[in-house]
Order: sequence, then structure tokens, then C-alpha cells
Amino acid sequence: MIPELGHFALTLALMAAVVQSVLPMLGAARNNALWMQSAVTTSVVQVALVGVAFLALMRSFVVSDFTVRNVVENSHSLKPMLFKVAGTWGSHEGSLVLWVLILAIFGAGVATLGRNVPDGLKARTLSVQAWVSVGFLTFLLFTSNPFERVFPPPMDGQDLNPLLQDVGLALHPPLLYIGYVGFSIVFSFAVAALIEGRVDPAWARWVRPWTLAAWISLTAGIALGSWWAYYELGWGGWWFWDPVENVSFMPWLLGTALLHSAIVTEKRDAFKSWTILLAILTFSLSLLGTFIVRSGLLTSVHAFAVDPERGLYILGLLGITVVGSLTLYAARAPKLEGGGLFAPISREGGLLVNNLLLATATAVVLFGTLYPLFVEAIADEKISVGPPFFNASFIPIMLPLVAIMAVGPLLSWKRADLPGVLSRLKWVAGLTALAALGAWYVDTNGPALAVLAIAAAVWLLSATLREWALRIKLGAVPLIASWRRARGLPRAAHGMTLAHAGLAVCIIGFTGSSAWKEEVIKFGEPGTEVAIAGFDIRFEGVERLRGPNYISDTGTLIVTRGGEPVTVLRPERRSYPVANSQTTEAAIRSTVAGDLYASISAPSDEKSLAAGKWTLRILYEPLVGFIWLGTVMLVVGGILSLSDRRLRVGAPRRTVATPPVGATPAE
Amino acid sequence: MARFLIALPVVVALVIGAAFFWGLDPDRDPGAVPTVLLSQPAPEFDLPPVEGAGVPGLSRADLSNLERPALVNVFASWCVPCRAEHAVLTRLVQEEGVPLMGLNYKDKPEDAAQWLRDLGNPYDRIGSDLSGRAGIEWGVSGVPETFVIDTAGTVVYRHVGPIVAADDLARVRSALAAAAGAAS
Repeated sequence: MIPELGHFALTLALMAAVVQSVLPMLGAARNNALWMQSAVTTSVVQVALVGVAFLALMRSFVVSDFTVRNVVENSHSLKPMLFKVAGTWGSHEGSLVLWVLILAIFGAGVATLGRNVPDGLKARTLSVQAWVSVGFLTFLLFTSNPFERVFPPPMDGQDLNPLLQDVGLALHPPLLYIGYVGFSIVFSFAVAALIEGRVDPAWARWVRPWTLAAWISLTAGIALGSWWAYYELGWGGWWFWDPVENVSFMPWLLGTALLHSAIVTEKRDAFKSWTILLAILTFSLSLLGTFIVRSGLLTSVHAFAVDPERGLYILGLLGITVVGSLTLYAARAPKLEGGGLFAPISREGGLLVNNLLLATATAVVLFGTLYPLFVEAIADEKISVGPPFFNASFIPIMLPLVAIMAVGPLLSWKRADLPGVLSRLKWVAGLTALAALGAWYVDTNGPALAVLAIAAAVWLLSATLREWALRIKLGAVPLIASWRRARGLPRAAHGMTLAHAGLAVCIIGFTGSSAWKEEVIKFGEPGTEVAIAGFDIRFEGVERLRGPNYISDTGTLIVTRGGEPVTVLRPERRSYPVANSQTTEAAIRSTVAGDLYASISAPSDEKSLAAGKWTLRILYEPLVGFIWLGTVMLVVGGILSLSDRRLRVGAPRRTVATPPVGATPAE
Repeated sequence: MARFLIALPVVVALVIGAAFFWGLDPDRDPGAVPTVLLSQPAPEFDLPPVEGAGVPGLSRADLSNLERPALVNVFASWCVPCRAEHAVLTRLVQEEGVPLMGLNYKDKPEDAAQWLRDLGNPYDRIGSDLSGRAGIEWGVSGVPETFVIDTAGTVVYRHVGPIVAADDLARVRSALAAAAGAAS
């Protein structure tokens, strides 16, 4: 009964979305306040109905209702409760329900919180949002019904893919979707603005918090996925330039560009058509991600059940959305230009370069991801594009970006005094040179790029801190006065400092763990010893243990350094009999200096198994913890900025002109 | 010019969309790698044995007059999936008597010999392709890779990646059976 209720709620939600996609748009055209107002009601009704459907599906998972096909295919009665709940979005159908739910939540968010958005713009935005809803609800109802029953019901389920039975991955999809789908509302705002034919600083101010919210989630989601790959796949890496990773990274890159170009639109009334284009493209890339993951178009380590019919449907949706909005853009954008003029050396100039580099980086990733498909289509040859291409093309674009990013916040709007700014960075430059020398000294024969990257990170970190110190006049005035100034700064300013510093910290982690990684792969039997990065590791053997729905082979590795005991690592190999698959649980000892990482895999034949031989994979990844620390800083920086009063969605508009938030105080 | 630039995103989107539409063809398997060698005689090559492995080297001539269809397996000691595949191949040799030839790809002979001592040596012959030249002749795209050769030395099937999953093995078996059926 309850699954049918869920199905019915989805159908009703589609009705509400259909109404919402037409009525408010007409109302805005005819200036009919009542029709425009209807968008608020239908948005709330939609979120309630999709919420009911989502809860109905979740209930089926929680109580293990094996009359529902989706539960049978993705759950098992012995599975821990957390993963039963997470199973709700573990499958193609369930994750689409989550997709539509988040879409509805963002729509309802604008409807209820955006009180200061003019009625016309709001009605049009919500209408556009409803177009997207209609597309995805029909997709869900016609091709991927999550509530389908199965008869006769089986005794038990087939279990969720064990790789996905992990806390990190239980939370990864919701966060990623909030990011992906969150850009939908920005897209809707952009299309609505194109329909109205007007973009102004106020528009940018309404759009920024939503962009930021989506960006924060996407950052957290990508980081969580990367962290999961690091400790769960047992390969000892955190990024593989896999197509599916790339498709989540592209909206992030472009979303970052959007976040910055919207600042210029807000402060200086410039970059208007560019900001609109970024808003459209960011969401288009999110849709592209959804399409690639669900269509089986490219080979990848992640994939949902592949179904050409579904692929065709999403391609249709993608086509209508992207081509429609870009055509509208081509027609309307030429009328949008104008706005503040600026000298090449200025805050605007810096942000322009930031945007160009981020857009180029996105294009490079897009090209590398789709190139194999193009080659196959044109020349009928199979090729693959791997990390060497991405590392060789992506990093050289990122390094200048980082270099400029350090200076950008110190530049003033319109026209900046570059010599003056650089003279304030004397110590920063000295510190950078010192760091480069230090990195070179530590690893004289190492890659030159690593030294350069470390220098870039230190440059960014120290320049960011210097900018913050200048702003609160640290050292120039008594400490208590600096403290008062720091408290008086808008939270967005602290957020920016934290996020920029976070990126610098991330770069340190990226560089350390890829350039100075040590790796030993060895065939081990009890007593085998491995020496790596100053540690001596002794393999004691493997014992078989039993978990709730799996059997674990747990290895014991005793780690010593110079005879002193350090720790005991217990990597596991888990077998899930129901799902008939295995997972690796790496054992990691994390310190600030680096991670000691161990994973084991089963011997390849019975003879070795009997002899207790296992393949040991032991890695030392220097500084890898900085990546996670840096992403936490990025996310917290974003949240801090989002909590800024000025950006708060419901905050009343100030009548006085806000002073530019990033400006360097006059001295 | 500005007009053209403003329309550029639509054009790019349409091109990408067209490639996607083409890519959705249900007959297209993105994992499949075609081989120019299929139904062609195996390429000319002559490789010395791996020192310390205790089996002779491998050349084109060894594949010409086989008693029954054989496997040519490209492997290396540095290749982790090869370890996983090794047990499956060993079973295939021991239980079904399939002749197994090895092409030791870009691998130091002492490492390869050690690897074979650790895991056991199911190969009848192993050619040491230190330079990777023979690998080019065979069109090897990565390690491991396995070819099914009929009794006349014609390549009838190519498998890219390790043979570990049941359906990989089933496909190899059916290729072997088809080659045997065609010969008799």
C-alpha cells in the first residue's frame, strides 16, 4: 500500500510541476499577480509530494519490504540499518527520486525564502525550475519506477553493492546531488533573466547564495568520494581522472568560476552575459554528468545499470535544456552588455583571468573525457585518455591561476596599484623562495613540477594570510584593535581567506602524495618484512573473522621504526556472500607528515593460499592528510561566507550602498 | 564575429550531443577493443626464452602446427591483475589441458622467473619480449591480454584484461571450442 502511495505522490508532483511550468510564466507575461503567486504554492506542494514519495521508498528499505523490486535488488535483511537507509539512493531509480527531491527543495527554497526577489523574476525562475522538474519526473515515472512490485516476493534481497556499504559513500551521493541539482536554481535564475532581458547587480545578489550553497555541497561531495576511493578501493590514490570523477569535477570548476564572476556582476555591474553563460553551462555540465553516469556511454569504474532507453531519454532532456537555453542565450545575450569599465590591472582584471583559466581548465577536462568517444565515432579506433594527459595539461593551467589568486584579493576595483601590492608581498615572496629551496633540498632528484607546486601553494597561503593581516591591521595597531577589526569584517571576507588558504593546503597535499609517494607491492607470507619510508613492517598473517553480512580476512602488520613499535595495521579483504563480491578495507596510519597505507589481496591460487601467501600493497603517501584538511577549509570557508548577513537569502535589502567587501582598507 | 561567438556554445553543444547520440547505439560496447588481427594469421615474431623459467622461447613457427587450439597470454610480473588471472589460467591448463603460451611483456627475465617460481608455471612456452616489439606486432594495448589461436595459427579471439569473471572464462572457452570444431 505505502509504495503505491509513493508512486501516486510522484504522479501528483508531476501534475503540480506541469501547472507550475506554465501558469507563473504566463502570469509574469500578463502581469497577473495571482498566477505568479501560484508558483509559491505549487513549489511547496511539489516538495511535500516528492518528500512523501522519498519517505515511502525509504520506509520500504528500512522494513526490508521485498515485494518492491528496487529493495530486492539493492538491500538485504542482514544489512546494517545505516546502509538500509542509504540503499534508498543506492540504485538508479532511488537516486533519481533523491535528484527530484533536491530539485523540489531548491525550488521551494526560492519560493519561500526569496521574499525580496521581484514577483516577475521569481515566477519565471520557478517556472523554469518546474520545466526541469517535469523532465525528470516523467523520466522517473516512465522509465525508472522505483516502486515496482515483484511477485512472488523473494525470501531475501540481493544486497547493495558492498563497495557502497560505507559511511563515506552513504553520504557522498546526497552531497553531490545537492551540488549538481543546486545549480539548477541558478540555471533557472539565468534563463528567467534572459526571458526578462535584464541582469543587474540585484540579480547577482539573489543568485550568489544559491550558487554558493550548491558549490559547498559539491565540494564536500567530491572530497568525500575521493576520500572513499582512497581508503576503500585499496589502490592508494585519491583521484584517477576517471570519466565519472571528471564529470563531477567540471561543474565544480565552472561553478567556482561562476561564484567569482557573479561577484563582479554584483559589485561592478559587469561580466553580465558571461555570468549568465556560466550559470547555464554549469548546470549543463551537471546534467552531462547525470547522463554519462547513467547511460554507459564511457567505460568507468562507477556505473549504474546501463539501459539505452534511459540514456536516450536523458539525452533528450539534456538536448532540450542545453540547446534551448543556449539558443535563448545567443538571441538575448548581445543586449546584456554594459556596466563598469576597468583597467587591466584591477580586481575585475584578476577575476577575469581567474574565469578564463577556470573555463580553459574545464574545457581541457571535457575534451580529455570525451576525446575517446569522438575518436571512436570518427575513426573507429579505441583509445583511452589517462592521468598523463590530464596532469600534463591541467596542472600548467592551475599554476598561474594559483599565482594570480594570491594577488587578486589585494587588488582594488577599477584600477589597482600593482607595484604597491607587490611591495606588500615582499616577505611572502621571500617565504615562497625559501619553501621552494626547502622542497628542492628534501628531494633533490624529484620532479621540478613538485617544487614549483609547493612554491605556488606557499605563495598562495602566505599571500592570503598577509591580505587578511593587512585587513585587520595586524601588527600595525594594538592586538585588541586588530581583534575588533577582525570581528567587524564581514564573514564573507573571513570565508574567502579560509577558502583560499584551504586550496593552498590542498595543493600541498596533492603535491606531496603524488610526487613523493613510495610504494611496495610484495608477496607476503607470515614473517615477510617490508621496509618503506623508514618504517619496518612485519606481516604476521591473516585470520578469518565474521561481520554482520560479510566474512573478513584480516591481515596483521606490525609496524616499527628503528626497533620501536609504532602501530599495528589491520587491512581487510571482505567477502559478501549474498552480493557475491569482495571489497578491500585498507588500514591507514595517518600523521601530519603522511599516511602509511596497507591493503592486502587474496592469493591467486590454492597452493599459495594454503601457504598463507598474500599480496601486500604498502604505500607511504606524504602529506595526504592536507588534502582532507584543505577541503574542510574550503567547505567551512564557503559556509562562513554563506552565513554572511549580506548574502542571507531572507535578509532585507539595505538602502545604503554596501562598501565593496573585498576592498583593501585605505591606509 | 561577436554574433558568431555568442552562438558558439550552441554549436559545441550540438556537436557533443551528436556524438552522444551516436554513442548510445545499443550494439556498441564501450569496453570492447577491436583487433585488426581477428581471423588473421598470428604475426611474425621470434622471442628468446625467459632465463630461469625452464621452458623454451616462443616464435611464429611454434603456433603454426598445433594439435589443438591454444591460448597466447600476454603477462608481466609487474602487472597486478596478471596475478589474479594466473590461477584461472593454471586451472584451465591443469583441468582441460589447454596449451598455454606466454608472452612476457617488457619484464626483466629475473623478475619474471621469480614470479613464475612463486606462483607456478603453467606455460608450455614463454617468449621474453623485453623491448615490447612483439607486443606491437600483436597490437597489445595493455597487460594482461589473451589471444585464442586455432590449430593453423589464426587469431580467432582476443580478450583484453584479466580473465577472472565467469563470463570472461565462458567466452574464452567458447572461442576455444569453436576453433576446435572448425579444425576437425
